[in-house]
Amino acid sequence: MSDDRRVRLTRAIEFSSSLRYALPGLSEDENLARFGPAARSHGHNYRLEVTVAGVPDPATGMVLDLKELKQVLEREVVARFDHRNLNRDTPWFEKQPPTPEHFAAVIHGLLREALGDLLHGVRLRQDEDLWVDVTGERKPAP
Amino acid sequence: MIALTRRYRFSAAHVLSSDRFSEEENQRIYGKCAHPGGHGHDYGLEVTVTGPLDPVTGAIVPVAELDALVRERVLDRLDHRSLNEDPWFRDAVPTAENIALSVRGELEAALAQRGAARVARVRLHETRRNTFECGDES
Repeated sequence: MSDDRRVRLTRAIEFSSSLRYALPGLSEDENLARFGPAARSHGHNYRLEVTVAGVPDPATGMVLDLKELKQVLEREVVARFDHRNLNRDTPWFEKQPPTPEHFAAVIHGLLREALGDLLHGVRLRQDEDLWVDVTGERKPAP
Repeated sequence: MIALTRRYRFSAAHVLSSDRFSEEENQRIYGKCAHPGGHGHDYGLEVTVTGPLDPVTGAIVPVAELDALVRERVLDRLDHRSLNEDPWFRDAVPTAENIALSVRGELEAALAQRGAARVARVRLHETRRNTFECGDES
């Protein structure tokens, strides 16, 4: 029998942001040539699935209070990104385009800071057909 | 490795509170889930099995057999029941974490009796937003 009592808990949130792929030092035309239509302003309905892992507390039966997780996600993710412009309203996409890979890594870094070792990983779904998984120790890109 | 996942559903009621805590503590820890009248969910239960393919059936576990086993050991036991009355939760709060661990233990024991197939993972969807899993990582 398995005696591994670790449980992974996943909570999903949804938020919407506007963005464009653009690099400083490139002209509009150069950005368009490099990134195609993504260089123009557009938006996504993101769905973020955050997984925490641990052995349930014997007294409460919980890995982590879901209310607490909800508050962390509200503070670290929704308040920063929901109905915001990722390029203009956040500091992370001045030197790198807000691809789902970069965006997921940024979110993973923020949640690693907030949740520590409880964090197992994040899955950022940009739309129904595309998502990025980040696990491990990655820090937000500078 | 080959793994097969089958999804089941059941509906059950529960109250999250523990005799170890005062009413105020239960309220603080579990919030609206501690409401004494209870509440319920349509649970989604994903059972993943793994193991060698049986040369005769070509299956890890024939799906009909897995269905019968899950129905008998889990669904008949939990579906349209109050989880707090189940012996699994006599000394444990019926959180989704504990439900998932109990289901895995039950199915592991049942599968161990019949052959080489084993439970790789149990994933329990409590709401569209909250999912709990134990066992191997996917």
